[in-house]
Amino acid sequence: MTTELVGMHMSDGIVNAPVSLGFGVVAILGLAVCVARARRDLDDRTAPLAGLVAAFVFAVQMLNFPVLPGVSGHLLGGALTAILVGPYVGALCVAIVLVLQALLFADGGLSALGTNITNMALIGTFVGFAVAVAMRPLARRSRAGLLLTAFVAAWVNTVVASMGFVVEYALGGQGLALGTVFGLMAGFHALIGIGEGIITALTVGAVAAVRPDLVYLLRGQRSELTLRTAAVR
Amino acid sequence: MGAGHAHTLHHAGDSVVHRLPAHVKIVAAFVMVVAVVATPREAFWVFGAHLLLLVAIWVAARLPVAAIAARSLIEAPFVVLAVLLPFFATGPRTEFLGLSLSVDGLLAGWNILVKGTLGVLVSVTLGMTTPVRDLLAGLTRLRVPGLVTTIATLMVRYLEVIAAEARRMRLARVARGHDPRFLWQIGPTIRGIGTLFLRSYERGERVHLAMLARGYTGAMPLLGDGTTSRRSWTLALVPAAAAVLLATAGYA
Repeated sequence: MTTELVGMHMSDGIVNAPVSLGFGVVAILGLAVCVARARRDLDDRTAPLAGLVAAFVFAVQMLNFPVLPGVSGHLLGGALTAILVGPYVGALCVAIVLVLQALLFADGGLSALGTNITNMALIGTFVGFAVAVAMRPLARRSRAGLLLTAFVAAWVNTVVASMGFVVEYALGGQGLALGTVFGLMAGFHALIGIGEGIITALTVGAVAAVRPDLVYLLRGQRSELTLRTAAVR
Repeated sequence: MGAGHAHTLHHAGDSVVHRLPAHVKIVAAFVMVVAVVATPREAFWVFGAHLLLLVAIWVAARLPVAAIAARSLIEAPFVVLAVLLPFFATGPRTEFLGLSLSVDGLLAGWNILVKGTLGVLVSVTLGMTTPVRDLLAGLTRLRVPGLVTTIATLMVRYLEVIAAEARRMRLARVARGHDPRFLWQIGPTIRGIGTLFLRSYERGERVHLAMLARGYTGAMPLLGDGTTSRRSWTLALVPAAAAVLLATAGYA
């Protein structure tokens, strides 16, 4: 038997109805901005490209990584999509994945869609991207810098998204003392974030090695032609 | 986020519930879930009544209970949270089988367990009685921007393709002796993900060109006449209204 180490979609009933509905409004407003800006990023290519990126996010979440024998985890993908396709298209893709997971697979409650989208699609991608932008000079300098940037962005993004849950629980949850929730969520996600960071960093590295022009974070950077010598046998 | 998803929930049929327009069912499902979540946690009988309401819908839709149960297992991780709450919560405590449990924690755990379960059952009922393309068309009817539903449609359409590509890449790695057990052995898997992103993105570029070649102007045509009979709305909103009434009764 293998144990899966995953961040989770919130189910119905974790936070009360007014808070669920309130975050539903936050999610709709946030996504409206994302739709407008995604169109500006990709114009009429938006639908097919974002559709395929969303399918990619969905497929990647199916892949399990070994952590230790018997324990596996999978990627959440917020920071990864933000770095590769930008925060607006990224947030839109993750949000659509969340809506379809709730409607087609009953994963994540319908009334919790607002909170889940706020945490994972909005906070998740935008915080990750903000960190990546802050570290962009480093990312442009070298490959190691890019990997470090992606790692830090993914780690911060995982922990801050879990803090979104803590805020929602503080507003509309019952039962646990806030300190306990904060400790549990921060500790658990600090660990998950390490795995998320490693996978995000290496994936961004793999894409940047082949098609650096596709990495949104590095856009506008002209790579100089480098001549290398190779031994001929 | 949750675990991998192999199959959608849809369970083919032609009952009254199956034949209702998708957007009507989506609205009804959302109303029911919000009603369940709004029910006060001490109103125990109301949750039983909510369940009876769902059972009535399952009978009308002729859904097999075993399949519903199997598909509801996705909620399992939250059962763990609900079970842990009585041990960690604060407030007055009670003794049960020699264990010291928090009264408030017990109620909070019950709250998550019952609302989470009923919520999943509503979602599963919606998913089992509505095909994927109808759900997407339903979202369009509900004024979700066309761009969003088009992205969702393309995502659903290509999900199988991308997932199959990921499976073939994994199979190729396994065939070459890749058997990762520790985090530091994931190099090849990750290069595979990088490649998967590139292939998905480049496929997106080709799909865009193919759509342009077929006359795509930035919006997908909406099929169907777009009118919904009052009978459909009434039929779907009766259980939803009943759930709302039950929730209100819980406060009395």
